[in-house]
Amino acid sequence: MSDAQPVTFHARVDKALADTALHQALSTTMNRLAANRTNAFAALPDADALRDQARRIRAHTIANLDRYLEQFTAAAERRGCRIHWAESAADAAATVVGIAKTSGVSLAVKSKSMLSEEIELNHALEAAGIRVVETDLGEFVVQIAHDRPSHIIAPIIHRRREDVAALFRDLLGATDADVATIPAMTAFARKTLRHEFINAGMGVSGVNLAVAETGSLCLVTNEGNGRMTTTMPRVHVALLGLERLVPTAGDLAVVLQLLARSATGQAMPVYTNLLTGPRRRGDSPDSRGEPDGPDELHVVIVDNGRSKLLGTELAEILYCVRCGACLNVCPVYRHIGGHAYGGVYPGPVGSVVMPGLEGLHRWAELPQASSLCGACRDVCPVRIDLPRLLLKLRAQAVQGHMAPAWLHAGMKAYSAVATRPMAWKMMGNLVGRLGAGLATHGWLSRLPGPLGAWTESRDFPAPAAKSFTNSWRPKADRKRRS
Amino acid sequence: MTKRVQLFVTCLVDRFYPGVGHATVAVLERAGVEVTVPADQTCCGQPAFNGGFLDDARAMARYTIDVLSKSADPVVVPSGSCADMIVNHYPELFADDPACQAKARDLAGRTYELSQFLVDVLGITDTGAHPTGRLAYHASCHGLRGLGLRDAPRALLSAAAGDRVADLPDAETCCGFGGLFAIKMPHVSNAMLQSKIEAIESSGADAVVATDVSCLMHIGGGLRRHGTPVRTLHIAEVLAGPDHE
Repeated sequence: MSDAQPVTFHARVDKALADTALHQALSTTMNRLAANRTNAFAALPDADALRDQARRIRAHTIANLDRYLEQFTAAAERRGCRIHWAESAADAAATVVGIAKTSGVSLAVKSKSMLSEEIELNHALEAAGIRVVETDLGEFVVQIAHDRPSHIIAPIIHRRREDVAALFRDLLGATDADVATIPAMTAFARKTLRHEFINAGMGVSGVNLAVAETGSLCLVTNEGNGRMTTTMPRVHVALLGLERLVPTAGDLAVVLQLLARSATGQAMPVYTNLLTGPRRRGDSPDSRGEPDGPDELHVVIVDNGRSKLLGTELAEILYCVRCGACLNVCPVYRHIGGHAYGGVYPGPVGSVVMPGLEGLHRWAELPQASSLCGACRDVCPVRIDLPRLLLKLRAQAVQGHMAPAWLHAGMKAYSAVATRPMAWKMMGNLVGRLGAGLATHGWLSRLPGPLGAWTESRDFPAPAAKSFTNSWRPKADRKRRS
Repeated sequence: MTKRVQLFVTCLVDRFYPGVGHATVAVLERAGVEVTVPADQTCCGQPAFNGGFLDDARAMARYTIDVLSKSADPVVVPSGSCADMIVNHYPELFADDPACQAKARDLAGRTYELSQFLVDVLGITDTGAHPTGRLAYHASCHGLRGLGLRDAPRALLSAAAGDRVADLPDAETCCGFGGLFAIKMPHVSNAMLQSKIEAIESSGADAVVATDVSCLMHIGGGLRRHGTPVRTLHIAEVLAGPDHE
C-alpha cells in the first residue's frame, strides 16, 4: 500500500480496484462511520434546521471573508498571536521553517492537519534539518510507513488493523503483546510519542475553525495529542486555511454541533480546544506555579489558491469544514479509496477542491469520477451541492476543450438530431434495425468504439423493433380498432 | 383532480423499453386519467448536461420545453432522472434567458415522476395490481435525492406486493450507471454494479424494481452477464399487471 502510485488516474483506479485488502479495510470503516453519522443525526432534534443555519453562517463568512479576516487577525494579535500570511504552499512551508529556525528548534511535533499535507510541511522541515514527528495515531502510522493519508479524518482507513500491527512489529520492534489489541497498539504508540512531546521545541497544528470576534483557534481531536502539541512546546504554529473562519463564538457552537456528528457520529469530539493567544502573565498557574501554554503562538494563514475561488461559481466549496462525511457515503470512494484520486483531498470534496486550488487542467479526471448519485450532498453539514459543483467543472472542461474529441462531436450530433423530430425518428429506426440485427435474445454482448467500455463487463439491451412512439395509439383509436 | 396528462416517455423507454411506455399508459388510464403523447418528443438533454455540454443541453431543453408547452396539462415521466432534469435543472440552465426560464419554471412546476404523480397528486397507492414473486426495490438516485422520491414508490409496491417486497441491502446506493460515467469510468462503474448485484442476490428477490429504466438496463446487463436469473421490472410494469410485465 505504500508502493509508489501509478502516474495516471485510471491506472491508480485499476490498482485500487484490484486490491482486496483495501476493499476490506474501506468497507469496514466506511460502513461504521456512515452508520454512526446516521444515528447521530437521527438523535439530533432539528438537524435540518441546524444544517441550514450552519450553511448560512459559512456562506455569510465567505461572502464577507476580507472583513472577517481583518477582524480575526486584529483580535488574535491583541491576544499576542503573531500572524503570517502565505500566498502559496511553498510560502507557507518556508514561513514555518523560518519560525523553527529563528527559535532554534530541532524537533517539532505535529497534530493532524490536512493543510500541512497540502503544503508538504514535513518535507520542508526535514529538508531544513528539523526532525518532525506526527502525533495523531493515524498520521503516526502514515509517517513510519512513508505513506500518505487516504482520508480527510481517517488517514489510514486504507489499512486494516493487522496491517498496522505488522508495521509496528517490523519498524518499531513491537512485541506480540504490544500489538495484540487496538488499545495495546495505542498504548505502545503513546509510549513512543511521550518523550517526543517533552523534547519538542515546536508544535504544529491545523485549525478546524477560527473565531473572528475573539481571535480564538478551535481545534478538535479525539486523542488529546492536539492539546499536547499546542501547549507543551515553547512555540506553537497553527496552520489556518484562509476560509476557515466563523464570525462569533455562537456561530462556532452551531458548526461544532455538526462537525463531529458528520465526521464520526460523535455528539462532540473527545477534545475541543479553544486557544486564544499564547501564555500570558496573569493566566491561571499550573501545578508548577507557571501559566500554561506556549511562549509564542504563530498563526500562518494559507491562501494557496483559495482566494481566487471567491466570487466564482465554485465559491461554495469554501464553505467546507473538512468533516469527511461525503467520503464516507461516496460509492466511488468506497471502491477506489483515497490514494487513487491522487490529490491531498480525495472523494467528492477533493474532486472539487483539487481542480479549484490547482487548476482543472491538472485534475481534469476528478470531476468525472462521480456517478452524480448525490449521496455526498445529502450528508454535507453545510449543504454544499457537490454534484452541482462537479457539473460546473465538467462544463468548464468542455469549454476548455478538455473533453475527448469523440464526445464533443458525438454530443453535437446527438443534440442536432434530438432537436429535429424527423431526423430523430429516422436515426432511431436505423439504430433500432441495426441493434436488432446484431442482438441475441434481445441483448448485445459487444458494442463498437468507446461504447465497448460498457460491454467489457455488462450486456447491453438491444433497441426494440418498434419504438413506443411508433406503436402508441390514443385510447379512442384503440377502441375503434378492437 | 387532474384528468388529463401529457406523457413524456423518455428516449430510453421509447427505443429500448416501449413496453414500459405502454404500461405507464395503462396504469394512468386505470386511474381514470386521459393520456396524451406529445408528438415529436425526443430526449430531455440530460446526457449532454451531465457531460458538461451546456450548449447542447440547452438546445435539447429548449426543444423539449416547446414540445411540452403546447398544452398546459401536467407532464408525467416514467423516470425520476429525466423528471429531475426537467424540474431541477431546466430552470437553472436558462439563468441568462428570462423568457425561456419562465417557460422552464412553468414546465418544472407541472412535471411529475410516475409514482410521485400517482401517490402525491392522485392520492392512489393501491393500483389493483397483484404481481407474483418476490420484488426488491432499488431506489434510483436522481428520483430519490433530486425529487425526494422516498416513500411513493415503496407505498405503491407495498400495496401491490405486500410482504413479498424483499429487503434489498443498500437499496439507496448507486448502481454505478451514472450515464456517461459507465463508459468514462467503466471499471469503477462495474465495481459498483457488482456490489449491487451481490445485494440483489442476497435479497432472494425474483425481480428488481426501479423507477428508472436507465438503472435497470445497467443492473439487467450486469445480471445477464453474471448469469443471475433475476428479472428487472420498471415500477409501471409491476403496477400495470401481468400483461405488461
